Amino acid sequence: MNYDGEIIKNTMNNENKAPLIIEINHQRIERRIMINKIAKYVFLSSTLFALVVLALLLYRIGAQSIGWLNLGFLTRNLSIFPEKAGIFGAIVGSLGLMLIVIPVTLIIGVSTAIYLEEYASKSKIQTFIKINISNLASVPSVIFGLLGLGLFGRLLGLGSSILAGGFTLSLLVLPIVVVSSQEAIKAVPGFLKEASYAMGANKWTTIRKVVLPVSLPGILTGAILSISRAIGETAPLVVLGIPTLIMRVPTSVMDDFTALPIQIYYWTLDTVLTAEYANLAAATIVVLLSVLFVLNSVAIVIRNKSQKGF
Amino acid sequence: MTNYENKVVYDVRDLNLWYGNDQALKNINLKINKNEVTAIIGPSGCGKSTFIKTLNRMIENIPSVRTTGQILYHGLNIFDKSIKVEELRTRVGMVFQKPNPFPKSIYENVLYGPKIHGIKDKNVLQEVLETSLKSAALWDEVKDRLHDNAYGLSGGQQQRLCIARCLAVQPDVILMDEPTSALDPIATAKIEELIDSLKSDYSISIVTHSMQQAGRISDKTAFFLMGDLIEFDQTEVIFSNPRDKRTEDYITGRFG
Repeated sequence: MNYDGEIIKNTMNNENKAPLIIEINHQRIERRIMINKIAKYVFLSSTLFALVVLALLLYRIGAQSIGWLNLGFLTRNLSIFPEKAGIFGAIVGSLGLMLIVIPVTLIIGVSTAIYLEEYASKSKIQTFIKINISNLASVPSVIFGLLGLGLFGRLLGLGSSILAGGFTLSLLVLPIVVVSSQEAIKAVPGFLKEASYAMGANKWTTIRKVVLPVSLPGILTGAILSISRAIGETAPLVVLGIPTLIMRVPTSVMDDFTALPIQIYYWTLDTVLTAEYANLAAATIVVLLSVLFVLNSVAIVIRNKSQKGF
Repeated sequence: MTNYENKVVYDVRDLNLWYGNDQALKNINLKINKNEVTAIIGPSGCGKSTFIKTLNRMIENIPSVRTTGQILYHGLNIFDKSIKVEELRTRVGMVFQKPNPFPKSIYENVLYGPKIHGIKDKNVLQEVLETSLKSAALWDEVKDRLHDNAYGLSGGQQQRLCIARCLAVQPDVILMDEPTSALDPIATAKIEELIDSLKSDYSISIVTHSMQQAGRISDKTAFFLMGDLIEFDQTEVIFSNPRDKRTEDYITGRFG
């Protein structure tokens, strides 16, 4: 260590003061400054690790999809011939899934969170329910696929339609939406609710005019992440028995369909048969990421608007 | 007799209150008169905030609270099943310790109450907005920025906005729970001035930590200690000639 002597002297010579317990130890302070620097670079490299891996992935996929990702690919239907294959049907299928998943998870998820946080009494049974909802959030998606197959596919006779897929994916992400909405609602300061109650507002009025507007950004953040996850899920759809090759574009929610992640999955599997399928999978990944990117951007804009408006 | 009864807004009779097993208020009896400022003083934890929050039943938001006794508001027991808290709180407004405006515009803050109570007419709302802000001595400071966020106001202005928001519901009684404890001396002086001017139209009950404040603004003072109402009298009497030794010890600063 190289420094020009101590700058701040220990003031032991002051007789009026009690003896110093904390003496200035220059070496120790230098060492702590060093440790602080090391810590900073450890954390920085962790951040970079994730970013570098992501960049590599994007680069590889981007490079692989060049020449395959064009307007024809987006507007054509599926085909067993790589040059003729397009993913229009899969795009429509994924958008159809969103059409089911977004309203179902938002309405049921936020309503559940409101009930648990604002209306439910704080009894032991309620605590038990809350813990179990959190536990549900960690159940593997394949299990939810099986549940969807049994309940929606077989029992309700929805088969492998968009409706069955949408409901299954909604079930999968509902616990996450509930838990994150609960946290957002819990974070609304009590003094704001008190102000509303003190003017003669009842619970629902207070929820509608104070709790929800204040917690909306938090609720949307959780919902965006969950819905993105639902759109990228493959396993539950595979279990539901989404067909490999569908030539017809779905026109209603009761139609059979294929979705972008399913297409990525099957094309990657079949690369052993036809090498060009790898390029098709890469191009589909780019499309899926773009769809998610657009979806997230829209949600973030809505969130920021709602923050300003209140 | 009838004349006297008309002057009484709140008649508290044998009020007891428990948080779980801890008794916070013990057999409280007092009357709050119309167009008077009633100060409630006492050391921390004496039950003064609990008491004022019982008057509009805000205390019931705490799950383990249990009460016995009666609080007659214009002769009606507020604990009676037929009384809805929403109705009670429409007539009994409250101002809190920390200014708590909503993160909305000044306009939306003041008109929150009228709007939730179903007022939709734009002209009526505008009139309520103006009179409330004028009564709260805030109109001149904010009239050019009614649609700015309330969080841009200073602490003292925010508290006066909360008073305006409370006045906009046209209450009969205003309960204030240490309304100036988070404010500087100048903002405090403005609020005290305001309380004095509001007295002619409203009945005010104020919890305060400051004996000087109680002395300056109140007509009657109640001294609470450990959940008991030790003494309740004209403010001059409490401060110049208290009957109880404990009151004297507290106001002369020997404890608290």
